[in-house]
Amino acid sequence: MGIELYLDLLSPPCRSVYIFAKKNNITFTFKQMEVLKGQQHSDGFGKVNVLRKVPALKDGGFTLAESPAILAYLSQKYKTPDHWYPLDMKKRARVDEYLSWQHSSIRPIYTLFPIQVVFPLYVDQTAPEEKLQEALEDLAIPLKQLEEKFLQDKPFLVGNKISLADLVAVTDLMQLIAIGYNIFEDMPKLVEWRSRVEKAVGKELFQEAHKVILNFQDLNNIFLHAPKMTLQISTPGHHQAVVIDPGDGPGVYQG
Amino acid sequence: MGLELYLDLLSQHCRTVYIFAKKNNIPFEFKRVELFKGQHCREEFGKVNILKKVPALKDGVFTLAESTAILLYLSRKYNTPDHWYPSDIQKRARVDEYLSWHHTNIRTNAPKTLWIKVLIPLFTGQKLPPEKLQEVMDELAISLKQFEEKFLQDKPFIVGSEISLADLVAIVELMQPVGADCNIFEGWPKLVAWRSQVEEAVRKELFQGAHERILNAQDLRKVQIDPQMKKEMKPLLLKMLK
Repeated sequence: MGIELYLDLLSPPCRSVYIFAKKNNITFTFKQMEVLKGQQHSDGFGKVNVLRKVPALKDGGFTLAESPAILAYLSQKYKTPDHWYPLDMKKRARVDEYLSWQHSSIRPIYTLFPIQVVFPLYVDQTAPEEKLQEALEDLAIPLKQLEEKFLQDKPFLVGNKISLADLVAVTDLMQLIAIGYNIFEDMPKLVEWRSRVEKAVGKELFQEAHKVILNFQDLNNIFLHAPKMTLQISTPGHHQAVVIDPGDGPGVYQG
Repeated sequence: MGLELYLDLLSQHCRTVYIFAKKNNIPFEFKRVELFKGQHCREEFGKVNILKKVPALKDGVFTLAESTAILLYLSRKYNTPDHWYPSDIQKRARVDEYLSWHHTNIRTNAPKTLWIKVLIPLFTGQKLPPEKLQEVMDELAISLKQFEEKFLQDKPFIVGSEISLADLVAIVELMQPVGADCNIFEGWPKLVAWRSQVEEAVRKELFQGAHERILNAQDLRKVQIDPQMKKEMKPLLLKMLK
């Protein structure tokens, strides 16, 4: 039995793992997980990841969670080209630095997705404007830091070639770009960088990985058939549990 | 010019780097950056770390931020004993997995206890209602449960029989609530035992020494904070409270 990757391509960390594995021709079984349908709560998945989060990896008796760990593991096990996670100490440190920093900076991006997409579908109203504005404002500083500290005048975050850092960054930022937010407005360097990353990955693979998020209107159908569930919305420093019960029809939720 | 580490031991991220470097006899120049005096906001420090955060490392012209990245860099450059960051890819993956999870779990709630009990009152002159602290303690309890069930389980350390970077990062973060006089280990005997083992493995003296400042909260309360910093931090702190 080869590697199994438990993925829901709605999730940015899952997309980075998917793209990395595909790009490097790593053989794996794609175990489709649909988080919005609550599949992470199944007994079976609990044995793969007791924390019930995606992405998750299963390699024989070895299971692993957390995308940076999965990406590093795959890069080492399959001896992927050096530029992804360079052996050079200083270049590797730059990748580590980005992967650490992004957790509490770019991550707030995930706030926007539930606010813009999830809530309206259940509550049958558009997301509160101030919350959206607040989230977009929170993003301005990390984006500036992404440009000034990490990218600077280089083609990619760590140097001349794409690395895990670029992949993780771009898949995160696509979460908003894909649902129509022009977050790189007035930031031409980031626009060009994103384009370069897409090219380095391969346009076809990039588009394929982002198909689900680019068609988020289709999410409506997923919701209508979803079981009652508690949606955990986590951003650094904040957990919120929202109980969603589509059985009572749209417009009913508890926060 | 040798290695320079820019640190304020009030910060848990600085303490991990400090303890790791000292434990492994890595020679470095301790560059004190006093957060309460706003020294991290100065232009000079900005040249070392444009993100204006501690810890920061300077190795010749090479500068580095983020404690995880610094710890990994030091472990590689100074060839520290394998158990800190094992070369076995599955054991290594366990350390990476913990360090990643830590960021969005223990690291987001444990430090809040110190902010709520000591730092916010220090900065704003306002005391916070007990429910605020309870909320954070409840969140932290969830993280501790996950920590015990998924990461520690029945092993002496997170990865197995020896201490690794994962244990160091975890324990030092959990000292923030201890510094705030929050007895978070009460009712968690496994964690108490693990804590004791980690302190022992690091060397009690070194561990206690690194935590001297944070464990004297009464002294913290008397600290003079740079007024400019107080002014700048206020909106951020009020936002944190929401």
